[in-house]
Amino acid sequence: MPQALTLDLPDEAATANLAARVGRLLRPGDVVALSGDLGAGKSAFARHLIRGLGDAEEEVPSPTFTLVQTYDLPGYTLWHFDLYRLTEPDEVLELGWEEVIHDGVALVEWPTRLGPRLPADRLELDLAITGPDSRRATLTGHGAWASRLGRGFEP
Amino acid sequence: MIVLGIETSCDETACAIVDDTRAIRANVVLSQLDEHRPYGGVVPEVAARAHLHYLDGLIRQALEEAHLDLGQVDAIAATGGPGLIGGVIVGVMTAKAMAAARGLPFVAVNHLEGHALTARLTNDVPFPYLLLLVSGGHCQLLEVEGVGQYRRLGTTIDDAVGEAFDKTAKLLGLGYPGGPLLEKAAQKATNPGRFELPAPMKGRPDCDFSFSGLKTAVRRHVEQLGTPTEADVADLAAAFHHAVGQSLLDRCDRAIKAFKSRHPANEHGGGRHLVVAGGVAANTYLREQLAKLAAKRGLTFTAPPLALCTDNAAMIAWAGLERFRLGQTDGLDFAPRPRWPLDPNAKPMKFAGVKA
Repeated sequence: MPQALTLDLPDEAATANLAARVGRLLRPGDVVALSGDLGAGKSAFARHLIRGLGDAEEEVPSPTFTLVQTYDLPGYTLWHFDLYRLTEPDEVLELGWEEVIHDGVALVEWPTRLGPRLPADRLELDLAITGPDSRRATLTGHGAWASRLGRGFEP
Repeated sequence: MIVLGIETSCDETACAIVDDTRAIRANVVLSQLDEHRPYGGVVPEVAARAHLHYLDGLIRQALEEAHLDLGQVDAIAATGGPGLIGGVIVGVMTAKAMAAARGLPFVAVNHLEGHALTARLTNDVPFPYLLLLVSGGHCQLLEVEGVGQYRRLGTTIDDAVGEAFDKTAKLLGLGYPGGPLLEKAAQKATNPGRFELPAPMKGRPDCDFSFSGLKTAVRRHVEQLGTPTEADVADLAAAFHHAVGQSLLDRCDRAIKAFKSRHPANEHGGGRHLVVAGGVAANTYLREQLAKLAAKRGLTFTAPPLALCTDNAAMIAWAGLERFRLGQTDGLDFAPRPRWPLDPNAKPMKFAGVKA
């Protein structure tokens, strides 16, 4: 059974906090699927997460045009994908997908583009716009992430 | 001196040949060929094998168009990064193989340097000049001091301008590519002052850009409108242009001040040009605004023709030629570089948002 958790984020500082908490749970081989409408803050969440784990001043440009940006973080390489422009799931293999899920960490925007390649073990994070700066985050742990999510967010 | 250039770092597969009289002998871009026109460059060449599939044919076609054979070429240049690693490897390996087989020098070109030096191919602009590079993937202000010598004054902390155009067009239901469609919509605006959108970063002391918040602001207006009418879309498109223009002008004006203080105009024509490169330079409104700013500050405004502003191989061949004639070539052990900043000393910018 997938485990879900809903959090209200009143401002960007709360989003940054959540990103830091999620970042601390990550280990090599993990896949985080980010969803939410255009402008919901998927890339901003990824930026906070990457900066929380590595250099706080790291440049984290949008991966929309390049499809993927990689970051060498302590312990693993993080791959930030924007799969919006993919036309079929197998194209992700060309971007190094097998290497990623073997020993890297993947933050994936537009994960539905993965189709059948979407891993069974994954953390899903959906961002919904609730106001100018406020968002509602829904985290869902699938497969092995179901129990990890529960443990990771114990009070 | 004749140089053949190869570009495979992102969506385009391209080959071109230029010479040191600044003549473009051939310039072939795959998505501009008739059989690929239906896709209009929308589909990214994610697959390295797609580049591999077409590249040989494109090289042959470029040589035919230039009426040259490989024996008449003096050097082979290829984009060595930054970009998608699979594509870059295909271009670099092909160039190295040709160089090795023919005993020719190989030059690995930084894709951004290709954009940065295009104005010297098209308009013979002398160093130093100020460059605004605005495209789907990049948004940077650079002082171009010489071949391989760049000082980055500012960059985007999130989205590039072209990306903001594409995403805003999508929010407004206009389709792809966003630039031309948004511009067309804005021209139909009956009340361009109706919506107020923030001019991102305006007034900040640095020269950085940010366009992610602007997209979110457009989204908020669309949601408030419910189902925007054609008139709403036109007015919003106009407001978007105004906001982007205000932001670009403010950032450029700051950069011009910094550029002029470091590089006073000289008798060789240096220190006198504001160059705009990248696909966004095709936007008439932004072009006019930037030209006005340049004139006000006593700079000559230069923008290469659109076909040489978007990704192409002529710029790679030219940058290769500029490096080659300075004796800068690369060994066959050159490794493709997915990340390759033009100014390695540039300080990463701080995010405008709140830190955790």
